[in-house]
Amino acid sequence: MSIALGSEAPFFELPGVDGYDHSLDEYADAKLLVLVQSCNHCPYVQAWEGRLIAIAGDEAYMGVRVVAVNSNDVGNYPEDSFEEMKKRAAKQGFSFDYLFDESQELARTLGAERTPEVFLFDEERKLRYHGAIDDSRDTTAVTRNYLQDAIDALLAGGTPDPAETPAVGCTVKWKH
Amino acid sequence: MIELLYWDGCPSYPEARALLEQVLADLGRNDEISLREVKTQDEAGRLRFPGSPTIRIDGLDIDPEGASARPALTCRIYHLPDGRVSPVPSREQMEAALR
Repeated sequence: MSIALGSEAPFFELPGVDGYDHSLDEYADAKLLVLVQSCNHCPYVQAWEGRLIAIAGDEAYMGVRVVAVNSNDVGNYPEDSFEEMKKRAAKQGFSFDYLFDESQELARTLGAERTPEVFLFDEERKLRYHGAIDDSRDTTAVTRNYLQDAIDALLAGGTPDPAETPAVGCTVKWKH
Repeated sequence: MIELLYWDGCPSYPEARALLEQVLADLGRNDEISLREVKTQDEAGRLRFPGSPTIRIDGLDIDPEGASARPALTCRIYHLPDGRVSPVPSREQMEAALR
């Protein structure tokens, strides 16, 4: 069960593929913070990856920070190891931080279930949108840009509508 | 024989099954699709299951390139004719394998 709308962003301090640790506090001056439960190996993540890169790049100048987090069990899914994360970020030209949640604590605290799964926090770091990036993994079939619309609504002082959508994707790979 | 192997942890197999049924209908075929759920990593290894969904026709994977991937309980990656990544095979892949 994921955290409820209005919940505060959980604290984290995690290593990034850029070689630095990144904490929630580091993003304190961002107007909006988008945490995306993600990974390398999932075809749903890969299908949406280009759109996430575009949103992160386009919105950076508006003070919106996108942070992807991989929490998958690398014992059973070695494609999601930290080394592989570094390779994928470099190859795909990620325009956002990509962090490794090896303990799975952040995913557990968020109650994340899928990859990709979006948690959009406002300036006070309250959860304002949760769910999918848009309504189709197929770029040619998208009719609703949920995340982009939620960002636009918050930047304009409004409220995202819808504020929650079902995240469609692979399951988070928990350690057993 | 047409087999569709799937893992319940990946949401793509109903879409793959529906597309496969549509392709069969369009080709005027009424083959039955044998559904098989893969539940454990051991089973994935025994069945050489590279991810969900996996479709085999008379034992041959419709995507030979991806068939040799490490057996795992995971969503399988396919590539559409235009290069995009997809969690389900393309209609073209299915048609080519059924012809």
